[in-house]
Amino acid sequence: MKKPISLLLSIICLLSCISLAGCGKKKTTSGEVYFLNFKPESAAVYEQLAKKYEEEKGVKVKVVTAAANNYEQTLKSEIAKSSAPTIFQVNGPVGYDEWDDYCLDIKDSKLYDMLSDKDLAIKDDGGVYAIPYVIEGYGIIYNNAIMDKYFALPDKKSDLKSADEIDSFDKLKTVVEDMTANLQKLGIEGVFASTSLSSGEDWRWQSHLLNVPLYYEMFEKNDADSDLSLAMYKADNIEYKYAENFEKLFDLYINNSITKPTLLGSKSVADSMAEFALGKVAMVQNGNWSWSQISGVKGNTVKAEDIKIMPMYTGIEGEKGQGICIGTENYLAINKNSTDEQQKNSLAFLEWLFSSDTGKDYVTNKLDFITPFNTFSDAELPNDPLAKEISRYMKDDSVKNIPWIFTGFPSEAFKKEVGSSLLDYVQGDKKWEDVRKSITDKWKSERD
Amino acid sequence: MEKTVKHWFPVFVLPTLAAFLIAFVIPFVMGVVLSFTEFRTVSDATFVGFSNYVRAFTDNNLFLQSLWFTVKFAVISVIGINVIAFALALLFTRELPATNFFRTIFFMPNLIGGIVLGYIWQVIINGVLYKFGYSITSNPTYGFWGLVILMHWQMIGYMMIIYIAGIQNIPTDILEAARVDGANAATVLFRITIPSVMPSITICLFLTITNSFKLFDQNLALTAGAPANRTQMVALDIYNTFYSRSGYEGVGQAKAVIFFIIVAVIALLQLYLTRRKEVES
Repeated sequence: MKKPISLLLSIICLLSCISLAGCGKKKTTSGEVYFLNFKPESAAVYEQLAKKYEEEKGVKVKVVTAAANNYEQTLKSEIAKSSAPTIFQVNGPVGYDEWDDYCLDIKDSKLYDMLSDKDLAIKDDGGVYAIPYVIEGYGIIYNNAIMDKYFALPDKKSDLKSADEIDSFDKLKTVVEDMTANLQKLGIEGVFASTSLSSGEDWRWQSHLLNVPLYYEMFEKNDADSDLSLAMYKADNIEYKYAENFEKLFDLYINNSITKPTLLGSKSVADSMAEFALGKVAMVQNGNWSWSQISGVKGNTVKAEDIKIMPMYTGIEGEKGQGICIGTENYLAINKNSTDEQQKNSLAFLEWLFSSDTGKDYVTNKLDFITPFNTFSDAELPNDPLAKEISRYMKDDSVKNIPWIFTGFPSEAFKKEVGSSLLDYVQGDKKWEDVRKSITDKWKSERD
Repeated sequence: MEKTVKHWFPVFVLPTLAAFLIAFVIPFVMGVVLSFTEFRTVSDATFVGFSNYVRAFTDNNLFLQSLWFTVKFAVISVIGINVIAFALALLFTRELPATNFFRTIFFMPNLIGGIVLGYIWQVIINGVLYKFGYSITSNPTYGFWGLVILMHWQMIGYMMIIYIAGIQNIPTDILEAARVDGANAATVLFRITIPSVMPSITICLFLTITNSFKLFDQNLALTAGAPANRTQMVALDIYNTFYSRSGYEGVGQAKAVIFFIIVAVIALLQLYLTRRKEVES
């Protein structure tokens, strides 16, 4: 009599074990699309899109969003699972190099056809493996209301009349330092928002700012029409010739900041954007993706029409006519190891997203993306002030915009090292010379 | 007897055994195997021999640096936590008002997760340091003591509960006999109380040593290694090696194996040493 009971119990236990182990691994129908999203700020919109798509086309789309700065970790563990992402993102040549075994050749897809500038895609050996889906730009975002206030001051030292006349580092420096001298009259607490240097929050300097001096260095060393991010990716060494220029602008940021240098190690990007949104500062270095952060701050005082972007001048010779930094680090790839049906459905989903009316409406108005696809007309541009600034610079032939070449930086470890050297610098533990040395040394050691 | 064991094995042992296999033994064996390979995701490994172990020490000195940091941290935490927890346990086993209330309060920090604790203490410590124009990342010393305080705050309550249980188990007749014989408080403490709670000490030392070495989430949330990896503990270094660059997954794995051996040796040594001092009651 006892035996059946114990057998029954053990079966129950086993079953519960199995169901526990299988938890979180929902049974997938074979054609389900699984999109591993990179942008946490767009997570909610993608969920809506997935629902919409399932209503329209009857194909289930599963959207998972990786936490900020955790995409590589998430992808690494997700892709080893049996229900792996079918659409994932690589961040340029370095990212592709890491995931090349998983990227499907999508040369013959409609998505690649839709790409207006075919050079933007990541190609390897005649195949096309990843396609950018959003064009972004960054520079120094400024609040024109505060700038106008400054230019109306009777005793200002600069002889400029408005912020768009600033076209070199020297002019920027004069204006900024004079503004610092007049903080009270302008009603601000600092010219620049906090130079956020806490861990994971330092990418505006270790990638974005460093992009500028290294662009000029690569530009001089390579042919005029070569792909500089690829050249960056192939460089075993950097000379870091324009180190001084990086330092000039960085020093300007921290010496005219709302925050004391020793406290910068605890500041985040969100802190900086909030300072800007609340009108406590006049300028902040960031890109058009930060619009949602500015507009989302409670009680923000910045008016949309006052928000403008100016180029990041560093005092390099010939910087007159320099534009802002425009490029992408967001490339979509299709998982080679998913089933044929999944691959087909994934491409269909992306094509729908970037060419159907519903999809395009979401992309322009909810995701606020400027896309590189020819399916979007000039009228279909996002309506936020920063995106408008980006497209203004893109259309302006009198300026030379700087491409994003930090996608060719060696590794996350390199960027981290730059970030922590900068933190050491602002805290007085390192001199600029040592920062330079750690940048060039780390580059070399990461490329070995 | 043996028959009963066999009979009830599927009910009482099998589920736990299965969970243990799935969640511990299999990942552990895989981890050791992977430390000898180069891989990107766990399913595409190629064998490379011992080169990962060599690279763990030669690529940079971060591993040794963080190991040293961890050792310093562990020594201070283990001593501090156990001394304070034991003192509190002595206090709360006396007949004082509201001892149960205080026991609960001291135990509560242990119920909060490490990441949350890390952020809470980051805010508290920064709040204090801001007054002087610094933040927790200004100096590795701040981060170090921040971690020590955090760990104390979290672990003392737990260890205290274990010590209280040990102290309450001491037979009152021994204590009474000692008092009748004229032993003073210090003699009672060192000759009776401490030897009798030796089993608790074994457990508490084991828990604090292993937990101090393995500390990860608190470290990640409080300083994340800043400034310049100088407050990075071994677990965080392994994590960063594994994730922040491609081609280093195997090196991270090798570091993890070395780390496991170090912690296992220390913990076993400690168990052996303290077990010898335990008295049979």
